[in-house]
Amino acid sequence: MVAKRIIPCLDVKNGQVVKGINFEGLREVGDPVEMGAKYSAEGADELVYLDISASAEGRRTFTEIVNRIARRINIPFTVGGGISTLADADRLLGAGADKISVNSAAIARPELINEIAGHYGNQFVVCAIDAKCIDGKWVATTHGGTRLTDRELFSWAHEAQERGAGEILFTSMDHDGTKAGYPCGLYARLCDSLSIPVIASGGAGNIGHIVEVLSAGKADAALAASIFHYGEIGIQELKEELRRNNINVRLL
Amino acid sequence: MIAIVDYDAGNICSVANALERLGAEYVLSSDPETILAADKVILPGVGNAAEAMKSLRDKGLDKLVKSLRKPVLGICVGMQLMCRHSEEDDAQCLGIFDTDVLRFRAAPDAKVPHMGWNSISNLDGKIFKGVPEGSFVYFVHSYYPALCTDTIATCRHGDTMFSAALKYENFIGTQFHPEKSGDTGETILRNFLGK
Repeated sequence: MVAKRIIPCLDVKNGQVVKGINFEGLREVGDPVEMGAKYSAEGADELVYLDISASAEGRRTFTEIVNRIARRINIPFTVGGGISTLADADRLLGAGADKISVNSAAIARPELINEIAGHYGNQFVVCAIDAKCIDGKWVATTHGGTRLTDRELFSWAHEAQERGAGEILFTSMDHDGTKAGYPCGLYARLCDSLSIPVIASGGAGNIGHIVEVLSAGKADAALAASIFHYGEIGIQELKEELRRNNINVRLL
Repeated sequence: MIAIVDYDAGNICSVANALERLGAEYVLSSDPETILAADKVILPGVGNAAEAMKSLRDKGLDKLVKSLRKPVLGICVGMQLMCRHSEEDDAQCLGIFDTDVLRFRAAPDAKVPHMGWNSISNLDGKIFKGVPEGSFVYFVHSYYPALCTDTIATCRHGDTMFSAALKYENFIGTQFHPEKSGDTGETILRNFLGK
């Protein structure tokens, strides 16, 4: 059986991995390549790098970093942040990315998913969805949860799947950064309703939360940032605990 | 010298990067003479098997690959092209391995694409020297080669057991990506390279 995946996420700004809460007070936490290599050696199954620099110069720096990551690291990695055209995807594929993740640009222009998947295959496209609960309905948001869209989580996830996304990366903006756990019932419904893998993101504060989202929540993978960056949870330790809970994981 | 066959079938730089990490000398080429002069050949491939097969034919490399008598390693779609036929857009392939490539049927416990780390078993042959039974390697695919007499490793996705690796004479194929399979993948590549 395919193993459940543990995916550290690294936000990159001007060549450095940064971490902040709700984009305020960003703190530099290390070199993207060195941190990726360290996580890979500790047993991470994949890595996600998000470019949050939002400037032309930042984009160039990020592309160079993607190239360095590809040369150094021997596990798959996804890159995202500001991908809005096929040319962006092309540039990152050329630099060595295994997958790209699209978010706001795909909501603005859903055909982007068809275009990228049509060129490079479904496996290359991750559709990231940041949603929050408004009057009992899960609504997709953009710009770090600050702007609501007219897309409902389930229908948008389905549309993304139909258009050729190979995975859904779903973050509940109501849980992100709280360290209070994931909305597992919601994840289970989302996973049951899709035929493509779902990556859970945002909300993990301890190992138990990750156990829960990969079992009761039925998620195929769990992505987290700060709990790994600050050494609160070691990847090896996490995976051993998952194994003790009868969750199929890859141990080194 | 290792020739990585460059035939416009997706991302080949990850294979090149892996060889670089292992310190192997390689060349990316679609030139028949360069491929014939190489000690070993890698046929990578990502994406659609029918398009990849067409691309290989258009470059006149289909017969060449089949005629090689040196070690050849096909990876993912590169391996699928060495099978008889693929259900993906009804592609006639090279027929080196005595099996067909079929589509996974999605099920709650078997999502498609089959994506991520899965364990391989029934490991047979020098390519798996130093790789324990049940080791995890990285897969990304929606089509799989059926089990056959050339199978040298198996994997299970949902109810389907399939060939994770195949071998016939000098040809080896892996459905998984050794270049993305961490240290296990590096061991397998090293075994192929003889390093």
